[in-house]
Amino acid sequence: MSIWLLIVGMGLVSLGLRASFLVLLRGRQLPEHLRSSLGLVPAAVLAALIAPELLRSAATGILDVLNPRLLIGLIAAAVAWKTRNVLWTLVVGLGLLFVAQAIGWR
Amino acid sequence: MTEVTPHPPPFMPAFWRGLRAFTPLIPGVVPFSMVAGIAAVQAGFTPAQSIAFSLIGYAGAAQLIASQLVASHTPTVLILLSTVIVNLRFALYSASMLPLFVGVPLPKRWLLAYGITDQSYAVVMGRPFTEPHPVAYYAGAAVLMWLTWQSGTAVGALLGARIPATWPLDFAVPLSFIALLVPVLKSRPQVVAAAVSAGVAVAAHNLPFRLNLILGAVCGVAIGYWVQRSQGKAA
Repeated sequence: MSIWLLIVGMGLVSLGLRASFLVLLRGRQLPEHLRSSLGLVPAAVLAALIAPELLRSAATGILDVLNPRLLIGLIAAAVAWKTRNVLWTLVVGLGLLFVAQAIGWR
Repeated sequence: MTEVTPHPPPFMPAFWRGLRAFTPLIPGVVPFSMVAGIAAVQAGFTPAQSIAFSLIGYAGAAQLIASQLVASHTPTVLILLSTVIVNLRFALYSASMLPLFVGVPLPKRWLLAYGITDQSYAVVMGRPFTEPHPVAYYAGAAVLMWLTWQSGTAVGALLGARIPATWPLDFAVPLSFIALLVPVLKSRPQVVAAAVSAGVAVAAHNLPFRLNLILGAVCGVAIGYWVQRSQGKAA
């Protein structure tokens, strides 16, 4: 039951945010400080999603700077910077992680 | 901007151009969507619920976070709060696409809004300057994104646990986010917002219910905004 509640709630939240300016608020200007802080949201949210994933060891679940995902993530970020290409970022990142696992680094 | 164009540019060619422009992103979306489908099933969703979650929620990262939170028995209200934070960027995309949609009737706008994702937004913002019909171009990209995401999550939900646990497919998720984050880091406030947010999210990673995510994002935006303001004053 609560799963269906979550599904419907998520639907309302997602569509509401997507439609916010295109449909619901159209034409109305937001105060300047709200607009410029909104511009920082993608960077902040994406970084908060990424960082713990790179620092947490998949094997032990605790923070570990020596786990392969941190180094590989940084290399992938360099690839993303150079190529601006999602596919290359994924190929290099996943490929290196396969190699790391194959040589027993996890 | 006027909506009176004597000969509106044809829809379908622009739609196909947008669709084609999206194709290089498919290999990134496929593993991401499959992981989202797998995560939902592993969190206790039935495959049907998992597919409904994708159709109704259609929220990439937020679907994944929500599944992880369901698995750790987080109250629904808190899950929805995380969803708001993670999806807040859609409001930004909505605002910045508004000028493209001048003259589009409201019912169509709802449909186009439903198609907003990081990927479809990135494609329409990167369109050639000469594109005569940005709405159709966007629609093409958004439709292909939708089809890719829905089939990927369905496959993930149905395959579920049959994918070998040794395949580190989950790493496709932070990698996709890295590919989205890097192009955004163009100014000092953006870099500061990302760095602060990452630091706080890591430092607070022991908080229950992934509250570190919310805390990190809020601190990142606050400090980034402060940097932006002091830059503005210095200039």
